[in-house]
Amino acid sequence: MALTQDVVLAGIRDIVVEVAGIDGAQVAMDKKFADDLEVDSLSMVEVIVAAEEKFSVKIPDDEVTKMTTVADAVNFIVANS
Amino acid sequence: MSRTRVVVTGLGATTPLGGDVPSTWEALLAGKSGARLLPEEMITSVNVKFAAMIAVEPVEVMKPVEIRRLDRSEQFAMIAAREAWADAGSPEVDHERLGVVIASGIGGVTTMLEQYDILRDKGARLVSPHTVPMLMPNGPAANVGLEFKAQAGVHTPVSACASGAEAIGYAMEMIRLGRADIVIAGGVEAAVHELPMAGFAAMKALSTRNDDPTKASRPYDKDRDGFVLGEGGGVVILESLEHAQARGATIYCELAGQGLTSDGYHIAAPDPSGSGVTRAVKFALRDSGVDLSEVVHLNAHATSTPAGDVAEANALTAALGEHMSHVAVSATKSMTGHLLGGAGAIESVFVVLAIKHRLAPPTINIENLDQAVKVDVVRDVPRPLPSGPIAAINDSFGFGGHNVVLIFKSFEA
Repeated sequence: MALTQDVVLAGIRDIVVEVAGIDGAQVAMDKKFADDLEVDSLSMVEVIVAAEEKFSVKIPDDEVTKMTTVADAVNFIVANS
Repeated sequence: MSRTRVVVTGLGATTPLGGDVPSTWEALLAGKSGARLLPEEMITSVNVKFAAMIAVEPVEVMKPVEIRRLDRSEQFAMIAAREAWADAGSPEVDHERLGVVIASGIGGVTTMLEQYDILRDKGARLVSPHTVPMLMPNGPAANVGLEFKAQAGVHTPVSACASGAEAIGYAMEMIRLGRADIVIAGGVEAAVHELPMAGFAAMKALSTRNDDPTKASRPYDKDRDGFVLGEGGGVVILESLEHAQARGATIYCELAGQGLTSDGYHIAAPDPSGSGVTRAVKFALRDSGVDLSEVVHLNAHATSTPAGDVAEANALTAALGEHMSHVAVSATKSMTGHLLGGAGAIESVFVVLAIKHRLAPPTINIENLDQAVKVDVVRDVPRPLPSGPIAAINDSFGFGGHNVVLIFKSFEA
């Protein structure tokens, strides 16, 4: 069963809060990981690994490099779940 | 042209005796021990069941994301550096003139071991991307450098248990050479883990007094049986006198000079002749320009090992001669345990405070003074130091035969 956007966004929010230590209210679809959420390139690796575990998806490295915003990640996971 | 003078304007520490400088100093003067039994799950087979763990866990004073991204040694460095910087008045500085020199003897050993467990149990994909920045020995210095935007240079001398003192000496040279106006300097260690303890135990370097941990670190006592592993760190803010005065900083004292030598004798054992130590003390006296008569206090390396304490005391006597009998010697590892790469740094903090408060901290746990120890040890209670211009020595040695001697003196304009 495909995951809904709301479910994936909530999951990504939990991961980003843990990895970057920011307020969960800041994690919205239009936010940029690096510029808005203090997720630098190293922490992005943590986000991706945690998301793969949580949603049982595989996110290839070349897709990760294209993920600038939260929406980029959420939409990929929804489409591939 | 006269040489640039270097002064101390801020102090920070997190130690087995307290989470900051005031609480550590209070416990030190009260003669408290930081040693205690470790939780059973930390020690499976090593025959040493205790250590001097930090008094205040970093999680109590840092954000969760900092705990996640920083090795424990890096956490100690950040805590001590933040306190020292605030103590110096949180100065506005030219970042291109700000340096950091923070040492560690071992680096992020607990990170390496934890990530190895993950690799072995779960595979490479789950190894943290923060692993390398957390385990590298320059990590503590690098993270402090980032925090304060230091751009004059960030350095990490590594010389085992002399590392912290070597860092402070290196920082002094950065200022003397004109590379920086202000430097955040110190040393940290976070190696309370069964593997390094097993290694030290295999060398017969650790005390095995499991039935009485607070009495285990007993420098100069005839029944001493090894050192007690400690963790934590200390940081000092060093400035050129000109920079400190221009901003109206409160000056604790002057860092007057250093002496560095190496034994060329054995990878771990002290040279029984002590000549490396004696030469380092003489070099430091010459470098500092301090008159021997001004030296009233010495914070000894004295780790509570059978061979080391006496070799050091004899070498100090050889260096200072008759004057050694006028020097109040404190072995504060009797209370803090041995912080390895952090030792020379926290002991420098103690020397600075001893000069400020005119009080030599005590040495505890000497029940029967080893008769081979010929120096004047401050026992059990603090001892007042004289008024007027005074100087004090901190000496530190490390496996590998490293000898580092720092001389601080009261500030006279």
